[in-house]
Amino acid sequence: MISIIQHLLISTMDDLISTMKDEKDYKISRRALLGVAATAAVVLVQTSVGKVVQAAVPQPLIIPPDPTKIAGAGPSLSGQVSAFEKSARLTSATSSRTPLQDLYGTITPSALHFERHHGGIPIIDPQKYELMIHGMVDRPLVFTLADLKRFPSVTRTCFIECSGNFRNGKEQMTPQEICGLTSQSEWTGVMLSTIFREVGIQPKATWFLAEGSDAAVMTRSIPISKGWDDAMIVYAQNGEAIRPEQGYPARLLLPGWEGNTCIKWIRRIEVSDAPFMTREETSKYTETVNGMVRQFSFVMDARSIITFPAYPVRLERGWIEIRGIAWSGRGKIIRVEISVDNGRSWSLADLQGPVMDKAHTAFRYLWEWKGNETGIMSRAVDETGYVQPLYEDLCKARGSKGGYHFNPVTKWRVGKSGEVLLGNT
Amino acid sequence: MFRSIKINSYFIYGAAFLVGGGLLYGVGLLLEKDKDKPVRFGFGRAARQEEIKAWDIDVMPDGRGLPAGTGRIKTGLLLYQSKCVSCHGNGDQGSIELPGGPLFFDHPTEKTKTIGTYWPYATTIFDYVRRAMPYNAPGSLSNQEVYDLTAFLLFANKIIPENAVINQHSLPKIVMPAKKRYVTDNRRGGAEIR
Repeated sequence: MISIIQHLLISTMDDLISTMKDEKDYKISRRALLGVAATAAVVLVQTSVGKVVQAAVPQPLIIPPDPTKIAGAGPSLSGQVSAFEKSARLTSATSSRTPLQDLYGTITPSALHFERHHGGIPIIDPQKYELMIHGMVDRPLVFTLADLKRFPSVTRTCFIECSGNFRNGKEQMTPQEICGLTSQSEWTGVMLSTIFREVGIQPKATWFLAEGSDAAVMTRSIPISKGWDDAMIVYAQNGEAIRPEQGYPARLLLPGWEGNTCIKWIRRIEVSDAPFMTREETSKYTETVNGMVRQFSFVMDARSIITFPAYPVRLERGWIEIRGIAWSGRGKIIRVEISVDNGRSWSLADLQGPVMDKAHTAFRYLWEWKGNETGIMSRAVDETGYVQPLYEDLCKARGSKGGYHFNPVTKWRVGKSGEVLLGNT
Repeated sequence: MFRSIKINSYFIYGAAFLVGGGLLYGVGLLLEKDKDKPVRFGFGRAARQEEIKAWDIDVMPDGRGLPAGTGRIKTGLLLYQSKCVSCHGNGDQGSIELPGGPLFFDHPTEKTKTIGTYWPYATTIFDYVRRAMPYNAPGSLSNQEVYDLTAFLLFANKIIPENAVINQHSLPKIVMPAKKRYVTDNRRGGAEIR
């Protein structure tokens, strides 16, 4: 039985809806709602070298003069960042860089994780995905994605950094341009050691080959000891499935090691008694050190960068919280030192806890800028006692001014009018 | 003066008993933690030999993985001109940056990172060309074409003479000029900057 009040309510609502259907303002307000809800569409763009990149095409955004006088958009299936936020990766034909200067804390949003591809991003059906392990094993096995997810799972937070993560050459460079090829995620997957036990690694095995199912069929040789230590096959990133550009549906994760070894879209592991000497570990991802070529330099050394203040920020006099990140592939960051007087003296920065193993660690340092010209810099120290070197010292030690595994202190020059420019050019 | 302390032997037996018991208890806890964990879970299925064969395309420096075949330099030259030259150039140091970078130079120097000056193993050429090249049609070359291109690239880098025979036996034996410069990283952290 419907009460009299309920009946009255229903008929009034019906009247209201039929009036609204006839009126133009209803349409306008509905369009305004849609305008706020959907402000960017994604299209594919062909670049000059035939690579397809994704680009967001801005749609008109209607901003109400008073948000309290218009009903807002309703729930949606999947959220987007605010249309006012313009943070984006910086792309080249084969890579894109994380906007370090725009981030807060230490987790890189999955959409902004740096990319480096050697044959583009493959499209892989998770239902058909398989990982094969063979070679010097007792039982060569094939795992589906569902099989991988049945194993005991592990979640850990760590950075992935490309070993070619150093650029300089001009004063007007942002942290993103200097070293935006590092990103941090919370990864979930299965320990490789669990899978090693499943297939039975033979005693004489010393290396394994990891191979991707991209168009480059990317391969790297990895010492078997890393597989037993902390290597993982991961299928999730920051709480959701790994992004296609990060290896969907599964990738190798070698915490602290150069990004190139963390084979994306992994399809095969071959266990062996010697390294395979693939192109990516000989002619690429090796560095010249005083005329010699250093190979298998897997671990990323300690590094830090001040992400604020940094180019193109213009400083105002007064109190400034210097902010940045520090990380080491060899373990935990134990301290970050800051100099605000061109390297004459160094003071300890505050570290944001919990400080994790092989992870981006946020640091902060309060500084009162009185308008003087100076240079500000940060240097990281890790638990092995390694101190991030100054640019000049690293150049001297290597006999080169760049190349892979180049991790010098980044110096920002602060001018009298507050401009901040890259100091080590 | 010190007074010698005589420890009763029963006391030593007693201490040893306590320490031993503690150790046993510790091991017991560890076993307890893993008592429900199987050695193997039995997930996945056995890989079939033909599946392994289809995906196992890698070639090692000692020649493991190389198919039977012989490379012909002249055929390789023609293949290079039709499938590779647009991205890798023709050996002259032009001013235009090549999309794939140069693989050989007519006049290489110590600093050029070509096959002749920087690649430590000849087998890597076969492995990489077969798996990833050409960029616009990856994995499309036959084993014969890969052998021909490998022979041509070794010749263009002045590593083998015009009449050399390149096959599964001779390719792993080639000593590349850059090999002697390669050292394995032995840094393990610590204060030293290297």
